Amino acid sequence: MAEEKNRQVSSAVRAEDVMRKYKKQSRLGMIWRQYRKNALSMFSLALILILAAMALGADWIAPYGATEQNISDRFMGPCAAHLFGTDGLGRDIFSRVVYGARVSMIVGFISTGVSAFFGIILGSIAGFCGGWIDNVIMRVLDVFMAIPNMLMAMVLSATLGTGMINCMLAVGITGIPNMARVARASVMTQRNQEYIESARSNNAGNGRIIFRYVLPNALSPIFVAVASGIANAITVAASLSFIGLGIQPPNPEWGAMLSAGREYIMEYPWLCIFPGIAILITVFSLNNIGDGLRDALDPRLKN
Amino acid sequence: MEQDKLLEIEDLSIYYITEDAGTCQAVNHVSLSLGKGETLGLVGETGAGKTTIAKGIMRLVMEPPGKYVSGSIRFHGEDLLKKSVREMQKIRGAKISMIFQDPMTALNPTDTVGAQIAEVLYYQKNLSKAEARKRAEEMMEMVGIQKNRYDEYPHQFSGGMKQRIVIAIALACNPELLIADEPTTALDVTIQAQVLDMMRNLKKELGTAMLLITHDLGVVAEMCEKVAIVYAGEIVELGRVEHIYDETAHPYTIGLFGSLPSMAGTEERLKPVGGMMPDPSHLPPGCKFAPRCPRKTPACEQQEIPLSEIAPGHLVRCIHVGEE
Amino acid sequence: MSVLVEAKELKKYFETKSGTLHAVDGITCSIEEGKTLGVVGESGCGKSTLGRTVLHLLESTGGQLFFQGKDVTRLDRHGLRELRSKAQMIFQDPYSSLNPRMTVSQLIAEPLKIEGKLSKKEINEKVLELMDTVGLAERLYNTFPHELDGGRRQRIGVAKALAVNPQFIVCDEPVSALDVSIQAQILNLLKDLQEKRNLTYMFITHDLSVVKYISHDIMVMYLGQMVEKGPAKEIFQQTIHPYTKALFSALPQPSIHNRQERIILKGELSSPINPKPGCRFAKRCIYAQEACFVDTPELVEYSPNHMVACHRAREING
Repeated sequence: MAEEKNRQVSSAVRAEDVMRKYKKQSRLGMIWRQYRKNALSMFSLALILILAAMALGADWIAPYGATEQNISDRFMGPCAAHLFGTDGLGRDIFSRVVYGARVSMIVGFISTGVSAFFGIILGSIAGFCGGWIDNVIMRVLDVFMAIPNMLMAMVLSATLGTGMINCMLAVGITGIPNMARVARASVMTQRNQEYIESARSNNAGNGRIIFRYVLPNALSPIFVAVASGIANAITVAASLSFIGLGIQPPNPEWGAMLSAGREYIMEYPWLCIFPGIAILITVFSLNNIGDGLRDALDPRLKN
Repeated sequence: MEQDKLLEIEDLSIYYITEDAGTCQAVNHVSLSLGKGETLGLVGETGAGKTTIAKGIMRLVMEPPGKYVSGSIRFHGEDLLKKSVREMQKIRGAKISMIFQDPMTALNPTDTVGAQIAEVLYYQKNLSKAEARKRAEEMMEMVGIQKNRYDEYPHQFSGGMKQRIVIAIALACNPELLIADEPTTALDVTIQAQVLDMMRNLKKELGTAMLLITHDLGVVAEMCEKVAIVYAGEIVELGRVEHIYDETAHPYTIGLFGSLPSMAGTEERLKPVGGMMPDPSHLPPGCKFAPRCPRKTPACEQQEIPLSEIAPGHLVRCIHVGEE
Repeated sequence: MSVLVEAKELKKYFETKSGTLHAVDGITCSIEEGKTLGVVGESGCGKSTLGRTVLHLLESTGGQLFFQGKDVTRLDRHGLRELRSKAQMIFQDPYSSLNPRMTVSQLIAEPLKIEGKLSKKEINEKVLELMDTVGLAERLYNTFPHELDGGRRQRIGVAKALAVNPQFIVCDEPVSALDVSIQAQILNLLKDLQEKRNLTYMFITHDLSVVKYISHDIMVMYLGQMVEKGPAKEIFQQTIHPYTKALFSALPQPSIHNRQERIILKGELSSPINPKPGCRFAKRCIYAQEACFVDTPELVEYSPNHMVACHRAREING
């Protein structure tokens, strides 16, 4: 009796020991360690962080206000006072690019948030349920897919009206079908895996299967789609603003700045160059981050 | 005697060198020889280096990461490792051909099976289209497939049939050496019996020498005259089938036999070797099998163990052979 | 000895584009407590479907299923839960049957967490105990399955199946993906566990030598039907059905002596879609007569406990 008790106690003690000794490494920690190995992705992440810091700290970083005009300093080339020069109203382009980061980031993240939210839900339902539900959802989305992205965004923002919120909505809705397709494909491959059957044989419920088995395994392609979705959203939003449908002047949006500068592109190229570079860097970095995430998220790629 | 040797491998070592995983010693100092019309079974477990040896002979090891570190592979006395890419292409498929494990992926799904057999003949033997077709039809009949199925596609055939076609392609040019890498592992037993039976008959008819790679000691017993047991990239025991099956000497070979539940015996427990094969990028010093070996002594880990001949033609890489 | 699992005329059909696939077509069998029924057959004979139907991973199309004498043919959620704590499965492929996002300890803990009877601490104790039982070292606690070799992964599979203390385990080709020496280790483990815990197995495999080693009774399947069933010792001494004969003679023996005469079958397995009446093996059978193509042979007792479905069983074994 006493021996039995002792044995139990010792096994409990050992269990605690082991739990402590092999304290689970956090999943994020592991992903981070893996992500760190990719130099290009790390560089891109740094760029995005700098841009994000610019967006957040725009009030402190920018030497001038975003809409602050100084008519006497029109069309000044890059110089000490105006790092990126000034535009036709004498506004400081560096300051506008810095404030523009804020607009672009918000537009990128929120509109991708919209498309990811609806896209993932629709795609997961279609992929997990299959059958006629899948058919209905996917056929409807196919119709949307048939319309070119840009055209769709233009139609939507023309109907909804211009302005930042409508622009985000338009870009967000445009992104839904693609996100749904990625989510569906990813969920579908998981649904037929043997470990799902193994979970069923343990009597796991549908909720558990979705959240513990399907989603964690289906997420990596979805994450990647989200990262490149943000890049795409920023480009689409910039294009909308460029043709005058998105964010309206005097708001400092990169696309809108490009659009405003295009008349002077021959004489005062810096009006277009700097916002253009900003868009380029952002999109390039986000795409690289997406690639890095894809590799880091797959535990099988380790070693 | 010497001129009878078709293939002589001497001291062949092949490594895979990668930055992340270090050097993987896939094949270590392998020497073996094969006479005309002989069948040699290359037996070992996953990761033992069997397939690398086979690919090595065909010069199909990708360089990099693969690297031929040492040795020679003499085919008709000429070293294959010294041949140019051009010369190798002439040999592959025509004089030495290879059958892979998975018949499902070895055939091109978009081409008819007949055309796939004829293609080899067309390129390697410079036959005219009509001649190639005629010979391909003969080949199909030889492997037991009606020639009126010439224009069908691979998906219209079952697994066993596909493997027959793969064999027909391999034998189309009447090669002197056939390397078969687990040719029947993916097949069901009754189909395996059909294919093995056919291969045995063809070999008799055509006089082809064969290097049969397998993990199945049963298949070897039926098909081979000579056997080489491979462990961690090395040959640990080599001899005629009678040597290996009746006078098993190396502890690893003994363990392999002990792992097999026999159909005749009534054993209550299997006696497998414990543990696993060492990681080929971190091989232990001395005898590679020592960490799992029941006969291990300190001497085993202090020196490289040479292959020693314990009976004419029976070579064993163990210093404790003959001890009780 | 009491019968633990019993199937009566169990059927599982699938609807396919080209017709109804009779994957399991009227299987009647029973397994006694603490014994192993080996189910042997070639790919496509319906043996895996049978295992899954017995465990309710697939709903049966017809027939009845009993567990400890209780009818479990149709189960509600509660009944299913009860069955799953008594009947478990070990899967063939230790590569795809483990969730790649979970560590070894999480994988083994999963069935216990779902069962929800134990506290977190107790679960952890149990996990360690199970790891000991199946021979997984403690340092593997936090490793992922893809970092391990096939043998160790299959040990995880065994530990998972044992976690809820089941009485019955369906082993679906648990060793066919493994190398022989690892295969032998797992077979020994399964045999030891059976002795210690009085487990009952349904052991599905295509490998006759494995089935001989582990089974008490053997059932041979061909295109969804049982062609022969009996005590392992008896079947290995004398095969009655022509298919069983061919199957047994086809197995290459790891010996160079006493070669037996080999029966080479013609043709290959046809598909069990919309099967015609008559013996399904007739087309490949060397003993087939006219009647074999017309009448479906009944399963009859050839000798005590030894069942055969063949019209000419007595003649050809006469």
